Amino acid sequence: MGRYVIRRVLQMIPVLIGVSIFVFVGMHIVPGDVATLLLGDKATPESLARLQHELGLDQPVYVQYYRFIVKALHGDFGVSLRTRQPAWREVWWALPMTIELSICAIIVAVLVGIPVGVLAALRQYSFFDSLSMVAVLVGVSMPIFWTGLILLMLFGGRLHWLPIGGILDEGIVFRPITGIHLLDTLLVGDTQVFNSALRHLILPSIALGSIPMATIARMTRSAMLEVLRQDYVRTARSKGLSERLVIIRHALRNSLIPVVTVIGLQLGLLLSGAVLTETVFALPGLGRLAITSLLARDYAVVQAVVIISALMIVVINLAVDILYAYLDPRIHYT
Amino acid sequence: MANQVQLDAKAIARSRIAATERRAASTPSVFRRLLRSKSAIIGLAIILTITLVAIFAEQIAPYDPIKQSFIRQLRPPSASFPLGTDEFGRDILSRIIHGARWALLAGILADSIALVLGVSLGLIGGYYGGKIDAFVVWLTDVMLAFPYLLLAMIVVAIFGPGIRNAMIAVGIVYMPQYARLVRGTVLSLKEKEFVEAARAIGASSFRIMFRHILPNCVAPIIVMATLAVGWAIVQTAGLSFLGLGARHPMPEWGAMLAGGRNYMLSAWWIATFPGLAIVITVIGFNLLGDGLRDVLDPYLRGR
Repeated sequence: MGRYVIRRVLQMIPVLIGVSIFVFVGMHIVPGDVATLLLGDKATPESLARLQHELGLDQPVYVQYYRFIVKALHGDFGVSLRTRQPAWREVWWALPMTIELSICAIIVAVLVGIPVGVLAALRQYSFFDSLSMVAVLVGVSMPIFWTGLILLMLFGGRLHWLPIGGILDEGIVFRPITGIHLLDTLLVGDTQVFNSALRHLILPSIALGSIPMATIARMTRSAMLEVLRQDYVRTARSKGLSERLVIIRHALRNSLIPVVTVIGLQLGLLLSGAVLTETVFALPGLGRLAITSLLARDYAVVQAVVIISALMIVVINLAVDILYAYLDPRIHYT
Repeated sequence: MANQVQLDAKAIARSRIAATERRAASTPSVFRRLLRSKSAIIGLAIILTITLVAIFAEQIAPYDPIKQSFIRQLRPPSASFPLGTDEFGRDILSRIIHGARWALLAGILADSIALVLGVSLGLIGGYYGGKIDAFVVWLTDVMLAFPYLLLAMIVVAIFGPGIRNAMIAVGIVYMPQYARLVRGTVLSLKEKEFVEAARAIGASSFRIMFRHILPNCVAPIIVMATLAVGWAIVQTAGLSFLGLGARHPMPEWGAMLAGGRNYMLSAWWIATFPGLAIVITVIGFNLLGDGLRDVLDPYLRGR
């Protein structure tokens, strides 16, 4: 197991080098040279050449890549064109929002997806089974941005049950500690702000969680069906265990192994969904930062967002693999 | 030795005849079995309807999808405008009908790009092995390390925003999925006797890859290709929604949704119906894909 973990960690290195090459090359061939963008209209050929020299843009590409890597390893991704802040700081500020949103979305997805999958499997071919599988089909077919808009229009605009975007109610001033509002408000024990933050997170979490929810429900159902057919479930039943115990202790536990993998994979996909969800709900997260920076040609920030999120995905995938190996004793990794 | 080659050649000829017969027998049976699947039929019907709508958009659409009219802005659904009008007084129904063209084009074009690139890479990597395969694995691993939407956004930034580049970006982003699928199948196939036989009679690598191995990967590719059309439609619409794809006044579903966002609280119909069109189209492809998987891959049946 230990050797497997070490090998998987080492395998991350070429992938991360690849990520850095992709980002470096991408940012080089993207139209609009940094020096030109920095100088704007005031650019003269002389000032442009001077700035290009200062930024090292007149150096050979491999020298530039080497400098890029050395800087990136120190967390230096350059300065944002829009805010003149270091790019890593922009990412650092936006990250908690996305983490909070993603965790809430996965919680919603698991809390709904697993019970629905289990019930559908236990009552295979029943009305509930058919209904939930139709819901799953619709769930995976809905674009997140549309789901978000519909939820906003219905629960925010029409019914006025929940706020229509943002992170906190207007007028509330709150100094975040970690930036994860639900956690921060609990830490200081401010229930009013906690409620406000929670109410703002419900709709985005459902929107972002809708696809993982459907995928988890489908996976749980099929894994459960598979497990219920196994001999050990029959044995458990025949030795007189209650149905409840058979389901929970024997069937569910084993059918959750593939479900964990699906959850992990979905966690990686959430970052893409977050771009759209944060745009719809006006949440200042990583996704929103990526799109506003890209549209403003603020490539230093785009670069930082992309590298940090790729790093997160690689680490999540690694964690899922290790968890999988740990959960399933039948698998031996060497 | 010569005798052996001759024998192999005969064996290949025989197996090819058998394969042709099998194919002749199996193609209609696959289709027949597909038609027995309720979900596949619904999927096919949806796709067929949308294709017809796209082809005959000019004839079906009651109004011009682009022409603006300032006397009929933001009209709610009514008899003369069944799905209402948008902020420029354009009929939403007509725009959705014309949008079907962009949606299908996006789905098919992006999917084709992903398929051609991914299948070729997967074939080459799996067949040649060694350093070439290591490169293919590395490339797919690296591409899959990016959040796919961020990767697509960067590709669009490089080529410049616009619906065509958005489609290309979505295709490139999906490419590793095909590469992985095909590579895995090729690895399991290339040690089989029929490949060895083809090699023995001196078939070129190109011929072995495309004539002997590829036809045996077709079933999973067809399933993936069908499901990917739906995925590509959603992603292209997503890029348009973010302002990186279709531009005003193009009747594209994602861009229509983005326009409707500003009138979300006063005119719900602008954003609702284009989204519904996306959902129905994607459901069509997902149903057909699931049906095809059940028919082509007995192992996954009932999952």
